[in-house]
Amino acid sequence: MSDNYILEIYGVSKIYGAVAALKDVTVKVPQGQWVAIMGPSGSGKTTLMNIIGCLDTPSEGRVILDGLNLGDLSHAGLTAIRRESIGLIFQEFHLISYLTALENVMVAQYYHSMVDESEALAALARVGLRERAKHFPKQLSGGEQQRVCIARALINHPKLILADEPTGNLDEANERLVMDILRQLRAQGSTIIVVTHAQEVANQAERVIVLEHGRLAQDRLNGPPVELGVSLVPGQGLNETLFSEEPRAESSFSRKTG
Amino acid sequence: MMISNRSFMLRLAFWSLARRRSRLLAALIGVTLGAVVLLGMLTLCYDLPRQFSQEFRAYGANLAISGLGSGRLSLEDLALARQLAPPDKLLGLTALRYESVRNRLRPYTAVGVDFDQIKKTSPFWRVTGQWPQEPGDLLVGADIALGTDLKEGAYATIDGRDDQQARYEKDFRIVGTLTTGGVEDGFIFMTLTDMETMTGTTGVADLAEASLGLDSERLKVLAAQIKANVPRLEARLVTRVTDSESNVLGKLTYLVYLVALIVLALTMICVATTMMTVVLERRKEIGLKKALGAENWRVRREFLAEGVLIGVLGGFLGALGGVVFARVVAENVFGRALTPHLYLIPVTMAAMAVVTVIACRAPVKKAVAVEPALVLKGE
Repeated sequence: MSDNYILEIYGVSKIYGAVAALKDVTVKVPQGQWVAIMGPSGSGKTTLMNIIGCLDTPSEGRVILDGLNLGDLSHAGLTAIRRESIGLIFQEFHLISYLTALENVMVAQYYHSMVDESEALAALARVGLRERAKHFPKQLSGGEQQRVCIARALINHPKLILADEPTGNLDEANERLVMDILRQLRAQGSTIIVVTHAQEVANQAERVIVLEHGRLAQDRLNGPPVELGVSLVPGQGLNETLFSEEPRAESSFSRKTG
Repeated sequence: MMISNRSFMLRLAFWSLARRRSRLLAALIGVTLGAVVLLGMLTLCYDLPRQFSQEFRAYGANLAISGLGSGRLSLEDLALARQLAPPDKLLGLTALRYESVRNRLRPYTAVGVDFDQIKKTSPFWRVTGQWPQEPGDLLVGADIALGTDLKEGAYATIDGRDDQQARYEKDFRIVGTLTTGGVEDGFIFMTLTDMETMTGTTGVADLAEASLGLDSERLKVLAAQIKANVPRLEARLVTRVTDSESNVLGKLTYLVYLVALIVLALTMICVATTMMTVVLERRKEIGLKKALGAENWRVRREFLAEGVLIGVLGGFLGALGGVVFARVVAENVFGRALTPHLYLIPVTMAAMAVVTVIACRAPVKKAVAVEPALVLKGE
């Protein structure tokens, strides 16, 4: 394994009864890359997102996130990974209705480590909501709610940002605002994985993964499609295959799990 | 500004209650009403024995004291025994001295008593005319007044013989007629002082009756103390009174406990149902918190904190209501004012906190079982 990869997925399948939501998906995501996952409804996007976000576990295959083999982790261990390494952005925002924007951000701090009101205010300021900090979600527009959701996702400095249809419930103006924020995050070196139906959102990403019927149908850099199985590490060009090689050594994937 | 996690957890619970008032109002009302009844019942339970003890004193004395064996008791010994009784519980104590006397050659039983005390030990005595107040005043039983000339307003000469068979005689004025429906209706009553003056024998009595605001167990303890400290006296409970009192009080206390238990159970059901609804309504919030990295124990602790807050707040409001409730019941049912027992307020708050925590167990289990991946997708 190369330390450049924040996420490595090897032969992952997810079976629900007789239905296979994901079939033998293998993907490696280098640190700092912006990846869009696309596909029609029922193609397995959300299932893949849940597995990457430690909200679900694969039936088969292996997922290595930031060097940790998720299959080796207990329920509590997966919860800790969510807390420590992942920032979640939802289509429906999922703000707690009885908490203000500021308190919603502080909730993420509370579960992560220690609540710091000034830091939470600064996070809201970064998404342009410093003046709306004391407002409740119902007093905010959809775009503002999504920005609170982003501030909450970023407050603990996650290594990986997972966004599920982040602009799905937004008008064009707010979509632009949210995309600007994601672009800034990308510029700052954050790794972003976005699930989206919207081509214009996917166009912003460096890399697009397309799922169909649970299988990986395309994996391309924006611009000309690239051949499946080719690494898309920034700065490394197309010089490393993604699917042909297994992890070099199990120990190298388990450096943090011991 | 840094905020400690414990402080933020309490704030979360408070915000959840304060900003979602309508949802939790049902639970709060349930707990408050439960606390009203609980504190009211506890107060009554505490005061019932005292209240009923006073009611039962209307049926006569509950402790009889006599001399050892068949001997008379000395009033000096009785004074010693009196000192053993708790002053605040001793409602009345009177010595009774019986003498066989005559009036116009007809035999009677005369009883020397302290009329001020006997009004307290035997509040069921009904006197027409007046109670004896002056030396030479006589009270006659209703049966005697009915069949003889010894009636209210008449004068009577009472005579008899002392232990040495020496004859004595004294004139009395009948000031009243006594009706009890018991043996007393066949006796004549004078003050103990008049009897001592008439007979020339002082400082003795045949029996003493005491009325004490104590339950039978504490009466037994007092009787044992009297026996131990004044060996020439024998004290025993008037069982027809004490047994009835214990019986009635026992059943009433049981009834009060039963009602309190049922109310607590209903409170628990009310809180459990409301909290279960709250959990169902907040599945997405719980799922979100778990997605953000909340461990199960944190979710559990947050809901329990909300439960404890409801319990403490409802317990406090209910306890205040319970003080009023107990007072109203005491005034309307027992006709007496009730002293509020303030220490029962924190006891009630703690009890309601425990009840809500128990009631939250099933809802919390449900909350912990929420799968974030499912609920955040709206399933």
